[in-house]
Amino acid sequence: MNWLSDYVRPKFRNLVGSTREVPDNLWHKCSTCGHMIFHKELDKARRVCTQCGHHMRLPVKHRLAMLFDDGSYDRIPLPKVPADPLKFRDVKRYTDRLKDAQSRTAESDGLIVAHGPIEGRTAVVAAFDFDFMGGSMGMAVGEGFVAAAEKAVELDAPLIAIPSSGGARMQEGILSLMQMARVTVAVDMVKDAGLPYIVVLTDPTTGGVTASLAMLGDIAIAEPGAIIGFAGARVIEQTIHEKLPKGFQRSEYLLEHGMVDMVVPRDTLKGTLARVIRLLTVPVEPVAQTTLPTVVTPDHVEGHRETEPTGPVDDSEDPHPDVEVLPPSDGDKAARRKTAPERERRTGDSAAASTAADQPPPEA
Amino acid sequence: MRFLDFERPIAELEGKIAELRHLGDADGMNIVEEVARLQQKVERQLQTTYARLTPWQKTHVARHPDRPHCLRYIKRLIDDFTPLAGDRSFAEDEAIVGGLGRFRGQAVVVIGQEKGHDTESRVKHNFGMPRPEGYRKAQRLMRMAERFGLPVLTLVDTAGAFPGKGAEERGQAEAIARSTETCLDLRVPLIACVIGEGGSGGAIALAAGNVVLMLEHAIYSVISPEGCASILWRSGDKAQDAAEALRLTAQDLETLGVIEEIVKEPLGGAHRDPEAAMDAVGEAFERHLAELMPLSGDVIRARRRARFLAIGRQGLS
Repeated sequence: MNWLSDYVRPKFRNLVGSTREVPDNLWHKCSTCGHMIFHKELDKARRVCTQCGHHMRLPVKHRLAMLFDDGSYDRIPLPKVPADPLKFRDVKRYTDRLKDAQSRTAESDGLIVAHGPIEGRTAVVAAFDFDFMGGSMGMAVGEGFVAAAEKAVELDAPLIAIPSSGGARMQEGILSLMQMARVTVAVDMVKDAGLPYIVVLTDPTTGGVTASLAMLGDIAIAEPGAIIGFAGARVIEQTIHEKLPKGFQRSEYLLEHGMVDMVVPRDTLKGTLARVIRLLTVPVEPVAQTTLPTVVTPDHVEGHRETEPTGPVDDSEDPHPDVEVLPPSDGDKAARRKTAPERERRTGDSAAASTAADQPPPEA
Repeated sequence: MRFLDFERPIAELEGKIAELRHLGDADGMNIVEEVARLQQKVERQLQTTYARLTPWQKTHVARHPDRPHCLRYIKRLIDDFTPLAGDRSFAEDEAIVGGLGRFRGQAVVVIGQEKGHDTESRVKHNFGMPRPEGYRKAQRLMRMAERFGLPVLTLVDTAGAFPGKGAEERGQAEAIARSTETCLDLRVPLIACVIGEGGSGGAIALAAGNVVLMLEHAIYSVISPEGCASILWRSGDKAQDAAEALRLTAQDLETLGVIEEIVKEPLGGAHRDPEAAMDAVGEAFERHLAELMPLSGDVIRARRRARFLAIGRQGLS
């Protein structure tokens, strides 16, 4: 148009624009306590609020880096499946939603299948990516989960499923419902092979994913405060016309109702997984001194959450990681507030090695 | 007979017939010819209407209150039916009925969701929406069937598992997951038939069979059209569009390779001639059972698992 709009204004914009380059997401506000946390600090804390211990959603790749030794793992690509078999269209085409999610996440669908060592022992992990269409389970996710189970059997390794999903992917209609049966077949492949199947329930685990692979674990571990359920809370309230209790469908509530084995904070998740796997797959461990076997005695006094292994420990073998004793009470909050350094100190020498391995840099 | 919205022309014709009959009785008029003519018209109308039901219309037919429900099928098809109750841990859930019986000579375990047919029975059966206890009872019965080498027949008809506080607390998701797992694990034949509504996880928990049959106007879906519309369209009145998009009819499911066979319904839907519909289901059960019974337990289990793994791998473009 003219010199002003074509030349001067862009120049100004460039000049002023430089100040806008400061990203506005440097600080995160904890949704529970309102504490402001610098993003680097938050990543270092694995997205656990340093003030109140609230567990925010952890991006799936951060989680994998956190679980595998040195944050390194191999991936199996998701098997190819027919895209949009129903030619589904709501207000938007399903193919467009898929493309959006693919370009946003740089992944082909909502499941990452990885394998690698966890405290030295190979495990296969099938982790849902909540950022990909709410971690919904369609054919690609189902097929990926089957591939994960097959890989576990091939490697003679445990399978760890980490759901974070709104449920079945509606846009694939009945074919997404069929995944509930298909992933169940996959779970049983692992079980038939005598291998452990462990589920780590993270926020949120709902719908058809809960009602299939998430509830079939030999061991079910939940992250603190995660929403875990079948029907949505709003649907339930509308059906029964009453207010739901505080904490309904949260991990601690499920623990209280006997639906999960334990609620494990993020910073001890790896150690717990490794210990459970060892206990399930190594029936007898060599003992250094012949007097007494290594006994891990969880101290059942309320409030005591960690206990050091007592008795002799074989130096040549992996030491026992710190033991989690989680009282199923609400008075747990104070304990959860303890910061990571405090925990490290309390775990003692014998667990130091595993604790160190437990804390890879969150950025992989 | 209760008529659905799209059956209005049929309702009008049938009203006329009833009126004529009433008049005829009173005046001694000869109305036979006129009635026969109208009857023919009704039939033609039914034929054209039911030959091209939309998915949304089918949803209504599948939920028709006069449609035969589980217990009627059991009464018609199963001799010596012996209902069994309870999950042995918490309660008896009458949304799922099940028990022992004899189907055309063969001892079987039969399990299904019962919706009820009047206010009292609907409340008693919780409108066919099971709680975890129902699915745990189902698992118990399936395991017992396996122990005694009896085939399992399931009749699927539910809007979905009950969304309630207690149901969640007692592990609705776990109960459904284990029930599906049990279906898939059995070393005896399991034949499922969706007779009305196959509502999501609450349905597949009883429908992970060697053979899955579906009545011609039944529906089977991952979510109800209403639920889907409210989530994806953010408006409950787009249910009709959602029903189209979800591809939930028996015809769609056969194309997608999710079911083995469509059981034909009598003209105008199962509710117009329940006996014919139920007998057609019986005939299909018998035929598939005859094929499955000679197989060994391991083969039966392996084939069922292979069946589900194959879904989506072939036949979709």
